[in-house]
Amino acid sequence: MGRKVGIEVSIAISEAVKLANADVVAAYPITPQTHIVEHLAELVASGELDAEYIPVESEHSAMSACLGAAATGARAFTATAGQGLELMHEVLYVASSMQLPVVMVVANRALSAPINVWGDHSDMMAVRDTGWVQIVVENGQEAVDNVLCAFCIGEDKRVLLPVMVHIDGFHLTHVVEPIVLPDQADVDDFIPPNEYPLPLDPARPVTMGSFGPPVIYPEIKKRQDVVLRESKEVILENWQRFGEAFGRYYHPVEQYRAEGAKTLLMTMGSTSETAMDAVDRMRDQGMSVGLLKLRLWRPFPFEELLQAVRDADLLVVVDRAISFGGPAGPFCSEVKAALYNQDKKPKVMGFVAGLGGRDIPVGGFEAMVHRGMEIAEKGGGEILETYGVRE
Amino acid sequence: MIDITRLVEIRWHGRGGQGAVTSTELLARAAINEGKYAQSFPSFGPERRGAPVMAFDRIDPNKPIRVRADVTEPDVVVVLDPTLLGIVNVASGLKDGGILILNTSKNIEDFEAEFGTKCQLASVDATRIARELLGVPIVNTTMLGALLRATEVVKMESLVEPIEQRFERLAERNINAMKRAYEETVIKE
Repeated sequence: MGRKVGIEVSIAISEAVKLANADVVAAYPITPQTHIVEHLAELVASGELDAEYIPVESEHSAMSACLGAAATGARAFTATAGQGLELMHEVLYVASSMQLPVVMVVANRALSAPINVWGDHSDMMAVRDTGWVQIVVENGQEAVDNVLCAFCIGEDKRVLLPVMVHIDGFHLTHVVEPIVLPDQADVDDFIPPNEYPLPLDPARPVTMGSFGPPVIYPEIKKRQDVVLRESKEVILENWQRFGEAFGRYYHPVEQYRAEGAKTLLMTMGSTSETAMDAVDRMRDQGMSVGLLKLRLWRPFPFEELLQAVRDADLLVVVDRAISFGGPAGPFCSEVKAALYNQDKKPKVMGFVAGLGGRDIPVGGFEAMVHRGMEIAEKGGGEILETYGVRE
Repeated sequence: MIDITRLVEIRWHGRGGQGAVTSTELLARAAINEGKYAQSFPSFGPERRGAPVMAFDRIDPNKPIRVRADVTEPDVVVVLDPTLLGIVNVASGLKDGGILILNTSKNIEDFEAEFGTKCQLASVDATRIARELLGVPIVNTTMLGALLRATEVVKMESLVEPIEQRFERLAERNINAMKRAYEETVIKE
């Protein structure tokens, strides 16, 4: 069942794309995504991956090329980060609206200015509403596994949507760690062939992305929302299937020592692992603290979240992005919105931390929990509560 | 000797282009090949040749490594470039009883006054060894030998495969440099 190797996470992701037998890779290199697409270029050049590698002149073109490829029924992959994701922004909507199942890894990176190549979730939050399925992972193994799942989910005929897999820039992309790379035969069994229902074909002409006047546009958009929401069933189905095949199970909201906890930390991405160490320390001190890790960002897992917080009095939500002039952390405001109409709901305290690659040590999560408990008890607190930011 | 039966955190200091990141990767791969858990990562950011850089390893024989924060209180510090001493506070955060491993042509006693009170010291003239055996003053693999002599954090033979994969036809020379440094490293308790 695969082999465990010490490998850089970026290289392991490229190997996963090879295992998934992608047909087309169109990409533009940008830190910290570069190693992923460099290694894919090597795999294509050496013949190990039988794919078209299109070295485009920008991220806008990368996504455009992937759309075209997906429209012909090809299995298309790209990866980007930060400014690159911003540059392809308008094309992201086209991919989801035209129901083209591209898979993209985003090596999450801060946004300019000032120029910052390090990791945070500003890029992820900026593409929140683009209509893509969005999965967030916390380590290299999860990245590999979810890239494989992403092709199954996106290409499923009940879904036909593009899928982003978010991995933290540098904190994951540049780390060497133990990762199990599955065997080719098992991956071949797991990922069905891509059978896009109406591919571009001169013998059977179809129109894609045509004009949508007011008489039809709202119906199309509502339909698009329904498809994305309903994709959750297919996501769950594929995670279950993956677990049965490979022994690693994934859930929309992952829990760590959360059972019965009165205070729950909430995190996304690689800092979740550091936060687990913080929870262990606080549990050792007798505190009733657990951790919820959001894995499925879109479609948002409303039911799973409500279920996971039902016994908690306080949620301490950690964002790695700012909604400038708005409700501070985008992740936190989504959690609040999901809970607002519930009769019984915990208090929610949001923190912004780890911007632009700023380190969040184990003690940082403890500090945020303590500060959150203090505000919950005594009141006060700022709209934008931060951790580790000099005043 | 530091306790290698639990989590060991290692910080490498070098200059951009000297291969500190490569060393951390080779070491992590060696540890993983031994069935241990390990993590290596650079002091993230755009690399600038010649600028002071750091890279890190965490190695745990018992359990998966979850923490993804910087290494701020290392058990071991390895300094690839002698010219960093005095520019970078290489002993910053080094745990009491930790070990500082220097590439230097000076005597180890010369560093006792500055570092000796809080940690163990180890040294080797890695630049000389690298010049002799590799023909270039790039000491990253050489200093792996010093690290193994000072900590035994992985077995020397576990590094052979990662070095062969990384350096191919230059692997043998790098392995020889590592072995020579292992022999020549001096440790001051």
